[in-house]
Amino acid sequence: MPFDRLIRAMDTWAEDHPATPVFFQIGKGSYEPRHGGFVRLMPVGAYRDHLAAAALFVAHAGMGSIISAIQAGKPLVMLPRSKPLGEHNTDHQLATAATVGQRDGLHVAATEGDLAAIIDRLLADTSASPAPIAPFASAELIGHIRAFIHAAGR
Amino acid sequence: MAVMAAKTIRVLAIASGGGHWVQLLRMRPAWDGCAVTYATVHADSAADVAPAPLLTFGDASRADWWRLPGVALRMLAIVLRVRPHVVVTTGAAPPLFALLFARALGARTLWVDSIANGEVLSSSGVLAAHVATQRVTQWPGLATGDIAYWGSVL
Repeated sequence: MPFDRLIRAMDTWAEDHPATPVFFQIGKGSYEPRHGGFVRLMPVGAYRDHLAAAALFVAHAGMGSIISAIQAGKPLVMLPRSKPLGEHNTDHQLATAATVGQRDGLHVAATEGDLAAIIDRLLADTSASPAPIAPFASAELIGHIRAFIHAAGR
Repeated sequence: MAVMAAKTIRVLAIASGGGHWVQLLRMRPAWDGCAVTYATVHADSAADVAPAPLLTFGDASRADWWRLPGVALRMLAIVLRVRPHVVVTTGAAPPLFALLFARALGARTLWVDSIANGEVLSSSGVLAAHVATQRVTQWPGLATGDIAYWGSVL
């Protein structure tokens, strides 16, 4: 679903910070940014390459963005999608921001008006990245799923 | 001489795109030693799981509910092709059909609710009660009599 509110706010930020390149993935949004390159949807390989090269990641409060940021060790600023504004089917991104979003290295903007101040602060503070994590889920979760799978062999 | 030929367990690991898919990827060690087939919405996700086979399906949600019958047919085709003993999914709505058909054919089915849902179970997770052998949440506070907490992907 479109998230023009985020793209428009970040395009304004990019206009105000011409020395900092900004690259956008805009999905099905109708607003096309004018102060940085953009694509609709990039393949997973390109997504990882862009993230690896970035100093900062700004996205919706979706788990794909969150886990990708943590795995890449990049600070993430997230703006939750709003159901009343037609940005998602439910308001669950508010819950995600309030729970998962509290981890170190993850930063929540309550509104698009809060983005610039958070971004400017994080770009000045290189210690704001998430701590590295293992590539896989906890041994506890893996072990339980494994036991569930092998119960099918009996 | 009795030969203990270990039956190779066929696992269908299935998820929609974005956060659902990255959470499924973090569980991969759980099906080490099994014959796994993956299914998701983007064909380029094959790079994430090669050499394991990857099948694709079209995404749908309540925002584009008219696609659901087509998605259901595709899920039936996937289940008939893979003939899984076990299906593991992290959502969202489309994999519910895979659980439905696979369970009707005798498979054990596991629903892992997205870590995005830290305050209430997802609506798809509620529906999964009808098609999942076991449902798990990634938040201990959401565990109930028939919804287990087995740890989380983070």
